[in-house]
Amino acid sequence: MGLSIEEFLAQDERKDLLRLLTAGSVDDGKSTLIGRLLFDSKRLYEDQLQALERDSKRVGNAGDHIDYALLCDGLKAEREQGITIDVAYRYFSTNRRKFIIADTPGHEQYTRNMITGGSTANLAIILVDARAGVVTQTRRHTFLVSLLGIRHVVLAVNKMDLVDFSQERFNEIREAYREFIRPLNIPDLQCIPLSALEGDNVVDRSARTPWYDGPALLEFLETVSIDQDINMKDFRFPVQYVSRPDLNFRGFSGKIASGVVRPGDRVTALPSGKESRVKRIVTYDGDLDYAFAPQCVTLTLEDEIDLSRGESLVHSDNLPIVGHHFQAIVVWMDEEDMDRNKAFFLKHTTRTTRAHVRETHYRVDVNTMERKEAEWLKLNEIGLVSFTTSDPLIYDRYRDNRQTGAFILIDPVTNFTSAVGMITEPEDDAAFRHKADGQGIIIDMKELGIGEEHHEAVERVCEYLRRIGIGATCVPGRAEEETSPKEGTTKKWHY
Amino acid sequence: METYRLSHLKALEAESIHIIREVAAEFQRPVMLYSIGKDSSVMVRLAEKAFYPGKVPFPLMHIDSKWKFKEMIAFRDAYAKEHNWDLIVEYNKKAYEAGVGPFTHGSKVHTDLMKTQALLMALKKYRFDAAFGGARRDEEKSRAKERIFSFRNEFQQWDPKNQRPELWDIYNTRVNEGESIRVFPLSNWTELDIWQYIRQEKIPIVPLYFAKERPVVEVNGNLIMVDDDRMPEELRKKATMRKVRFRTLGCYPLTGAVESDADTIEKIVEEMMTTTKSERTTRVIDFDQDSSMEQKKREGYF
Repeated sequence: MGLSIEEFLAQDERKDLLRLLTAGSVDDGKSTLIGRLLFDSKRLYEDQLQALERDSKRVGNAGDHIDYALLCDGLKAEREQGITIDVAYRYFSTNRRKFIIADTPGHEQYTRNMITGGSTANLAIILVDARAGVVTQTRRHTFLVSLLGIRHVVLAVNKMDLVDFSQERFNEIREAYREFIRPLNIPDLQCIPLSALEGDNVVDRSARTPWYDGPALLEFLETVSIDQDINMKDFRFPVQYVSRPDLNFRGFSGKIASGVVRPGDRVTALPSGKESRVKRIVTYDGDLDYAFAPQCVTLTLEDEIDLSRGESLVHSDNLPIVGHHFQAIVVWMDEEDMDRNKAFFLKHTTRTTRAHVRETHYRVDVNTMERKEAEWLKLNEIGLVSFTTSDPLIYDRYRDNRQTGAFILIDPVTNFTSAVGMITEPEDDAAFRHKADGQGIIIDMKELGIGEEHHEAVERVCEYLRRIGIGATCVPGRAEEETSPKEGTTKKWHY
Repeated sequence: METYRLSHLKALEAESIHIIREVAAEFQRPVMLYSIGKDSSVMVRLAEKAFYPGKVPFPLMHIDSKWKFKEMIAFRDAYAKEHNWDLIVEYNKKAYEAGVGPFTHGSKVHTDLMKTQALLMALKKYRFDAAFGGARRDEEKSRAKERIFSFRNEFQQWDPKNQRPELWDIYNTRVNEGESIRVFPLSNWTELDIWQYIRQEKIPIVPLYFAKERPVVEVNGNLIMVDDDRMPEELRKKATMRKVRFRTLGCYPLTGAVESDADTIEKIVEEMMTTTKSERTTRVIDFDQDSSMEQKKREGYF
């Protein structure tokens, strides 16, 4: 060892951060596993342990063992019920990394909490009981994890001590799980046999699983590469706050949602389509040569262009989708059922606008992943829904960009967060997208003063240009806003 | 070669700045609660960073229980002046004039009247619709479950059973008249993160955090510092000089000191890494009853 405290701090300050989600059934020993991680990584203080021993005697469920679960079950009512009912965040760190754990319940009616805990996670630990194997709940949790776009999954086959550390049993569960996730989008899976209660393969590899040659859980968490998880290719900068301290300074503050930006970059303001170049990347700690997601910066531009909160700056050669009509996978989080006549508030990046549900295409049975017919959604249901917004959204598909593809839906009466959505497809005829590789032209009809009556002709020109290899996109004027979104969906709604 | 990886401190900083700007952009009358402690000092620095080169667009407010350490008040006034802060100081005048204090009324009554009620009155007086607090989720169990944007009804109460889902970094800021949101930009910071950040950013903090010879009395296992003569005579005369420091700061009769030689941030961190007590054990207020913090939070305490 022999590190001085200064050396230790210098080293520690450079660690990165891994956010993880844990999911499992009530009896899978999830809280015990988290308690074990906190305990064994030496981040538990003595007095917390003393309080724990005191509480274990009073309300513990673990017999003679220390009830690690009590570390995580904070609120009074939950202690009485003996189950975790909301998302609880836990923190620990090792020599390699800092970790934030979102501990979420496995209980059926609390899908919404798991979605809440998982939205920012890099990695999910899904627990199964080695005796029970892959059960309905495992499938549901895995499906939710894949919906959220979490790229790394650990299948923690727990309670191996109760199946005599049987390799056959572990392989059986692993194969069943691999089969199950084949159609889901989970690029990185690690299966680990462990016993949270007795500590096997949690921090150190266990002598009781000599047939297992993979990493222990903590080792995997410390080393899994998360560098590819953030989209660094599409620069998206939703303006959060316009900074105008005096007449000489006008900056656009925000968090870089994705991508990288440098002074001199050609950028387009959306939805206006106006172009400029980045002049400076301003921060309290001095100007930067480049900045990347998820840094918070203030950008100044070469030209005076009109830009306010809710609008975006993007690279001119790599534009997102701009439109009013889209489909999204929606998770309903409210006790009140979806009401299609309501004019919800939809918050997406820094923009809040009114939104209507145009159509519910289907709901997904989270246990079987089958599509079922549905007119609306209710609490904890997931479905594919078409929306129309009153202001255009500047977005990407969620699978391409977790930051610009997600939104929340707010009830206009109760202000509760009724639902969350992940955009799958644009439905806008006017939607335009313009790939980085198709270096191209945007014909903004309004900008150029071309009347709406020439739309078809301009479109034809664009089509021709694309055919001969020149990227081109037509942006019509705003007149299309007044027309009904799509044939067959001319239902009336009111604000 | 450019790398696109943030250290955990820079990642936490970015998350907090985003939260602070979001409040400034979406609320009519935000305020930042300033407790003079180390977490508050970090939060204030993050606010300065969020709006640089502009000025922070909301006031700071300190709820003075009238029992804070004298050094805290001196630090507050000097700091506010130096940084040109728009600082509001409020206290429960009626209770203060009635002589409420921890020695005469006990910690429970004192905390309720001089902290919780004083805060509620001040929030009402200025009709603040959002109030930043420096609480961290690693401090205490009930905090671990609280959202970053935590809704309060018109009675300023928290309902842990009915929290708004909070996803990605999209925060629901909508409230009706009279309702408000408590915002915790440091939710995901740990005590160690705070110290590392103070060190890295050279953020000034109250000297009470550093070890020094101070007059203390042992009361129920806590080392209480003699800060003025409102401490009853029979306690005061038992005071001895010991080298102590404070891990958290609050009302002096309710804040225990720890014996320590740590007089630099490096030594404090070193002590923390090897210590066996978590920071809230030095807060007398937590021991009133089981789940006491959750109870206080439901009633409107930060």
